[in-house]
Amino acid sequence: MNELASLVAPLTVLVLAIFVGFEVISKVPTTLHTPLMSATNAIHGIVLAGAIVISAQLFTGDHTPLLTTLAAAAVTLGAINVFGGFAVTERMLQMFKRRGDGK
Amino acid sequence: MNVAIDLADLVAIALFIYGLHELNSPATARRGNRFAMVGMAIALIGIVVRTGGIGWQAVAVGVALGAAIGIVAALKVKMTAMPQMVALYNGAGGGAAALISTVEHYVAHGGALTDVIAVSLVLSAIIGAVSFSGSIVAFLKLQEVMTGRPITYPGQQVVNALVLLAILGLAVWFIVTLGVLPSWGYVALLLGALLLGVLFVLPIGGADMPVVISLLNSFTGVAVAITGFEIGSNLLIICGALVGASGTILTVAMSRAMNRPLTNVLFGAFGATGGMEVASAGGPQQVRSTSADDVAVMLAYAAKVIFVPGYGMAVAQAQHSVKALADQLEKRGVKVLYAIHPVAGRMPGHMNVLLAEANVPYNQLLDMDDANPEFPTADVALVIGANDVTNPAARNVASSPIYGMPILDVDKASNVVVLKRSMRSGFAGIENPLYEMPNCSMLFGDAKASIDELTAAVKAL
Repeated sequence: MNELASLVAPLTVLVLAIFVGFEVISKVPTTLHTPLMSATNAIHGIVLAGAIVISAQLFTGDHTPLLTTLAAAAVTLGAINVFGGFAVTERMLQMFKRRGDGK
Repeated sequence: MNVAIDLADLVAIALFIYGLHELNSPATARRGNRFAMVGMAIALIGIVVRTGGIGWQAVAVGVALGAAIGIVAALKVKMTAMPQMVALYNGAGGGAAALISTVEHYVAHGGALTDVIAVSLVLSAIIGAVSFSGSIVAFLKLQEVMTGRPITYPGQQVVNALVLLAILGLAVWFIVTLGVLPSWGYVALLLGALLLGVLFVLPIGGADMPVVISLLNSFTGVAVAITGFEIGSNLLIICGALVGASGTILTVAMSRAMNRPLTNVLFGAFGATGGMEVASAGGPQQVRSTSADDVAVMLAYAAKVIFVPGYGMAVAQAQHSVKALADQLEKRGVKVLYAIHPVAGRMPGHMNVLLAEANVPYNQLLDMDDANPEFPTADVALVIGANDVTNPAARNVASSPIYGMPILDVDKASNVVVLKRSMRSGFAGIENPLYEMPNCSMLFGDAKASIDELTAAVKAL
């Protein structure tokens, strides 16, 4: 029961974030769908933060080489997601640069 | 100190949301991406401070390696290959989520987890692994390393259902025992999820890949949000939920553009079954081929020309040549427009990005609803490597797999010229009756080479 009670706060955060996600995103014009998908893809790269937390947790106790490798792999994949994701988005959006007029 | 980091998280989250808001408009989109980047930097620095740098060895190696791979690949990739890059980066995120769960599980040394952690650990492992392997298959299909055609076999959906059931069974076992189960149980669960991701994407054709990538993007978002529950981080919960919500909206918007319910995209094995009924008695199509000089005359003396770009233009990197041809025509007083189908190319907005790269003015790009009324008054519709989105079978052949999909009415133009490499059918594997129409002629060859020839011929007139 106690554990359930501690779930209420994060669940509230989750539901509110879902609604914010729908609201903030649903108005994007088709032209920007690909960059938008790329940008949201970069944002879920925040999983890198999770990988850093888990690495810290791992190194607090005793750790096998296998687990260390897995944690480093998680960090690597997370970093690819973040850095690659933002770089690709930036490159796509470069294309929209000289667009002072129109639309 | 922790309060300061919590506040930093809050700032990061606000920047993400404001950044996404700015991505609503082409004028502010770049700024939006920058805001999100700053948010990410703040969030990541906050996390490192919070963990006190413990485990920095793994973190430093991983970040250096990941950043190098990610940035170099992003800068080197051709604009046309962007969709598959998004798929790959998305898969990396899913893989990271699955690995976090795996490390978390084994760090517990077989000790019991709490209910919440057991449930979230197993869910984010499954969803993350599905997203990882599914994204890799999507990448391989779009990169044409493997066939873009749907891969189907008898009893496929039964097999998929059985794999899913087995995974769910293992997941229930994991949750009931709070993670205290033989090691093979968890490994089997992970391998099962990886297999499911592959099986799930295999029967989906290349034409539907954007929908799948968008769906997998939202999967990763969900996995990240659940990871947030696993490690107790609001930051992950919020970012994951934002992406989960946006991915869902994009996915639905894309299936709607194809006028098909999402379930049909995912389980319909598009183009594999019954697709060939459209073909005229199975024989080769009777088409009229033409030469660049003929087309050049047609274009040069037209009043209004509509370009219809598709994946062929992207593959041939022909966007700059297209712009050069348009410039030549405009010099002669021809009105040039571009008709962009919502699913032209491999992603919504794919064509817009490429044409923007070639400095095509925004106001010449028409979306489907604005373009279709223009075709009946157009002298020439020049179809550049687009196929399925111009297929009139979608209007009137009820047996066609793309029946009901809104298309560009190119056949209503006085003349249609189709630039195409060969008579091979489009990504959906369906023949296009447009090519047999009396007002349609074909100009075979690489799109870029053909357009360059046309430009030269128009100039010479």
